[in-house]
Amino acid sequence: MAAIVEIEDVKKVYDGGFAALKGVTLNIEEGEILALLGPNGAGKTTLISTICGISRPSSGAIRVGGHDTVSDFRAARSLVGLVPQEVNLEPFETVWRTVRFSRGLFGKPKDDTLIEKILRQLSLWDKKDTAIRALSGGMKRRVLIAKALSHEPRVLFLDEPTAGVDVELRRDMWEIVAGLKADGVTIILTTHYIEEAEAIADRVGVINNGKLLLVEDKDALMTRMGQKQLRIDLQDRIATVPPALHGFDLELAEDGGSLIYRYDTRADRTGIAKLMAAMSEEGLVLRDLQTSQNSLEDIFVGLVHEPEAAA
Amino acid sequence: MNWQAVKAIYIFEMARFFRTLMQSFISPVISTSLYFVVFGAAIGSRIEEVEGVSYGAFIVPGLIMLSVITQAISNASFGIYFPKFIGTIYELLSAPINFLEIVMGYVGAAATKAMFIGLVILGTAALFVDLSIQHPIAMLAFMVLTCLSLSLFGFIIGIWAGNFEQLQLVPLLIVTPLVFLGGSFYSISMLPEGWQTVALFNPVVYLISGFRWAFFGMADVPIGLSLLAIAVFTGLCLGAIWWIFKSGWKIRN
Repeated sequence: MAAIVEIEDVKKVYDGGFAALKGVTLNIEEGEILALLGPNGAGKTTLISTICGISRPSSGAIRVGGHDTVSDFRAARSLVGLVPQEVNLEPFETVWRTVRFSRGLFGKPKDDTLIEKILRQLSLWDKKDTAIRALSGGMKRRVLIAKALSHEPRVLFLDEPTAGVDVELRRDMWEIVAGLKADGVTIILTTHYIEEAEAIADRVGVINNGKLLLVEDKDALMTRMGQKQLRIDLQDRIATVPPALHGFDLELAEDGGSLIYRYDTRADRTGIAKLMAAMSEEGLVLRDLQTSQNSLEDIFVGLVHEPEAAA
Repeated sequence: MNWQAVKAIYIFEMARFFRTLMQSFISPVISTSLYFVVFGAAIGSRIEEVEGVSYGAFIVPGLIMLSVITQAISNASFGIYFPKFIGTIYELLSAPINFLEIVMGYVGAAATKAMFIGLVILGTAALFVDLSIQHPIAMLAFMVLTCLSLSLFGFIIGIWAGNFEQLQLVPLLIVTPLVFLGGSFYSISMLPEGWQTVALFNPVVYLISGFRWAFFGMADVPIGLSLLAIAVFTGLCLGAIWWIFKSGWKIRN
């Protein structure tokens, strides 16, 4: 697949001297969904703003569809749609006019059929003549999406699209994203809801302190970094881990009612069989077994805290 | 050139104006009528004529200019300040448009509104006094130019302003005094000699003088000088706006 967005060593230093981006390089493939994860203040929004033209890179280059976002900004920006994090809307205008304005702003000729289709898709059609200020928070967020879709972008940035929205709207949002992907739209979303990235992304990027710590295929990432844990519930409680089992990475849980064993799925041997043998030799009776995979969240927390610990 | 965008901005801005059409229409009618009662009837009965023109008619160009200038500035400054204030400016900055297109949309709409109000005042004034306009085309052209150049100026104020107080500051502290002292209600020749010289440093004098020339064929300063002054002012504003967008001052970091 070809990269539709190319980011080359982009740095952004604000006037106050704060370095929000410390050299980010990233290629975003056409048609993929990329989730950018990172804590607040990590540089996610700055990165998006810099790609979209709201702020300028201090150094480095960004191309969208092969067009430089500074020297050939018209061609680059006309491919890009942005759904900002803040609900920024003209309060006194109607939904219809607001969305139509966005289409015009991006130089596209009037197309009321398309706008009707978008508004219906987002369940906004019956609100089309309502002034924005009379809408609920969730509806306003839908309007932001409608505005971004109105000019048929090839690349769509969703900056925290589901921050503070209810479960239903979040599901709707994911469905919309899936629909757009089916239409071939490339989607970049920032989030700090890890389950969101897990649910819809093809690739995950983790950003912290203005640096991209990692970008990887989501499944590969989870397999690669995925530690599994085996939880062994015991028939009888034990006070300490018996000395014979000290060679295993074990942790006592539930007041001695169960043992947690961590193992790596990538290792040649998981050590489970050995553990079981050792346990039966010790005379420990098993009541139940349970395995679970590390979530992206664990991976994320591990990544974000690592460099801090090293520093 | 992204004409669709210019059109979209223009229409969106005009919608704001149409939403409050009654206010936009009634307030200039009322304030103009008040000016005529105060200046035309109360004072005019003591002055009678200025350089051969009845005082009531004499103040018409000044009155129109007073409103057109303040309206152009406030409409244009509010027009661009509001998106900054509520955050919708993100869309302008991420759209495939350049500064010229943004300016044409916003300034065009602000100038249209000011022009509309200017014409309403002209119509209202015609109800009070006998008006004959010697150079109607020049009069309209002058009004359009004034609307445009002052809207450009207002646009700069709107970009500069960091809050609503600042938005009001320049119009209130600088523009209103300049307009009142710019010969709206009197001829510069009525001032003591020293003040006549001072008045020539007031840019508004050139606007009102030129506009009055279009009405009555007489002016405080030569019409050519008036035109030059407008051209220079417009040029300065355009230059400032070009620089603003080039540097991203106050809008793009």
